[in-house]
Amino acid sequence: MQSFLKATFMIAAMAAGFAMATLPARALVEIDINKGVVEPLPIAITEFISADGKGAEISSVIEADLRRSGLFAPIEKGAFIEKISNPDAAPRFQDWTVINAQALVTGKVSETPDGRLRAEYRLWDTYAGQQLVGEQFFSSKDKWRRIAHIIADSIYQRLTGEGGYFDTRIVYVDESGPRNNRVKRLAIMDQDGANQRFLTDGRSIVLTPRFSPTRQEITYMSYESGQPQVYLLQLETGQRELVGNFPGMTFAPRFSPNGQKVIMSLLRDDGNSNIFAMDLRSRNTTRLTTSNAIDTSPSYSPDGSQIVFTSDRGGRAQIYVMGADGSNPQRISFGDGTYSTPVWSPRGDLVAFTKQTGGEFQIGVMRTDGSGERILSSGFLQEGPTWAPNGRVIMFFRQPAGSGGPQLYSIDLTGRNEQKIPTANFGSDPAWSPLLE
Amino acid sequence: MRSIAAIARNPVSIALVAALALAGCANQKTVPNSAADLGLGGAGGPPGSQQEFTVSIGDRIFFDTDSSLIRADAQGILSRQAQWLNKYTSYTITVEGHADERGTREYNLALGARRAAAARDFLVARGVAGNRIRTISYGKERPVATCDDISCWSQNRRAVTVLNGGNS
Repeated sequence: MQSFLKATFMIAAMAAGFAMATLPARALVEIDINKGVVEPLPIAITEFISADGKGAEISSVIEADLRRSGLFAPIEKGAFIEKISNPDAAPRFQDWTVINAQALVTGKVSETPDGRLRAEYRLWDTYAGQQLVGEQFFSSKDKWRRIAHIIADSIYQRLTGEGGYFDTRIVYVDESGPRNNRVKRLAIMDQDGANQRFLTDGRSIVLTPRFSPTRQEITYMSYESGQPQVYLLQLETGQRELVGNFPGMTFAPRFSPNGQKVIMSLLRDDGNSNIFAMDLRSRNTTRLTTSNAIDTSPSYSPDGSQIVFTSDRGGRAQIYVMGADGSNPQRISFGDGTYSTPVWSPRGDLVAFTKQTGGEFQIGVMRTDGSGERILSSGFLQEGPTWAPNGRVIMFFRQPAGSGGPQLYSIDLTGRNEQKIPTANFGSDPAWSPLLE
Repeated sequence: MRSIAAIARNPVSIALVAALALAGCANQKTVPNSAADLGLGGAGGPPGSQQEFTVSIGDRIFFDTDSSLIRADAQGILSRQAQWLNKYTSYTITVEGHADERGTREYNLALGARRAAAARDFLVARGVAGNRIRTISYGKERPVATCDDISCWSQNRRAVTVLNGGNS
């Protein structure tokens, strides 16, 4: 439990530290990702210069990130005319515009005297003939993939105007073994599926992991004590602890936006479930719902002032919003079917959910007042949406009929660009981390 | 003789006996829950035994979709369980609540818990002491039937009464 999780990971960014020209108010190259249909931007990502091949590895991770986003169309290297030998010098822009590259990425990777990795890159606007970004990063050698993701985030941000999401991780439940006796282990990986690692040994069923928005910490549910209960796991130390000392099953945990509270369901003796919040420092617990119903899957708004949750208080599972103190619960889902697993978008404007209707499971989004419902994906069995930190991509899991087990998928908020996420075994219950520090 | 009549009332045990006979020694260790405790041959077992409870009395009841209502057919089984438990008072029990796969994970944990509580409350109303009964929900984590249609889902929506020890 340590290595790549170390908080001491050092990245020094010298933004525009060696920019060649001041930027005009508005560069030519830009992607408007709020348009209905986005034409992927043709971009040339050259092999980063290095003595040992590490440059090629880093630039190929950058290229894969940008391609998977669906917003960029990296150009085949065979079409390149100019061979970049000095990434610090201005390229011959017409060599790139003639192959329709609207943006160009160049870079080099070297080793510092004290044995660390140094990566520099420049992003060029080929039609305007100028540099948009020039940055350099330092890290220990084993963190080279993170350097690549950070550069991809920087390019994404500069060209779309939105925050990136490539330097992030996914915690999920790895599933193996027969369907009537599944082995479930907590697992963690980079958002592109690299660096997969197990966090629990599979002896107990574990479910529904969620990242802290502020620390290297997750909360999840485990059967390890014999009673299903909510736990915290420190990713850097591997230290685990029970959340609270409740008499019955606790489940459906999620952090508050400041990471100081865990909100979850507690089973009552009569078989109903209510929502509680626990302050992790004071250990004080607050009861937020009292209905004689199932109240579960709570999720805070990003400003912490409201909570969206699932309840069957009206007869069947629907989505409700209440104040963070439990005040004024209002039903917001009114479509045909049942609704559950609401998750508030990190931008605050939308709620993602699972809807069951007509024998299918759907992943969708609606505004926080319930209006503007849009279904992104329908299928035999799929559930559990989680948001990328920029609020533009949703991950969930899907199990087609007869498939034997679930797999992770991501999809754009537009409902386009569905991508399967590679995992070692079957995977479920994904949770997206915030951008890494 | 009595045991054969009892088996005929219990389709689950018939199915399991048939599976044992057909499958021979293959993979039976993966059968979950107390069904694994079934003895070979399917006899009702001696009075007061775990086997008698599972096979002759019936250790599980089934529910309708998204419901924790104790159905009429389940009331008969739970009443027999209560009679048996009131006779063999050294047993404590765990009532496991389960859901099918046609619901989302957290909701189904709550639904399984509600089913276990409903079965427990029925047993308590029939005289079984509440302090002998523990409940646990497995949500949709432990299906017994694993196909992708209603024939399996209806078997997975269940509450199973597991004997925890005593004079078996």
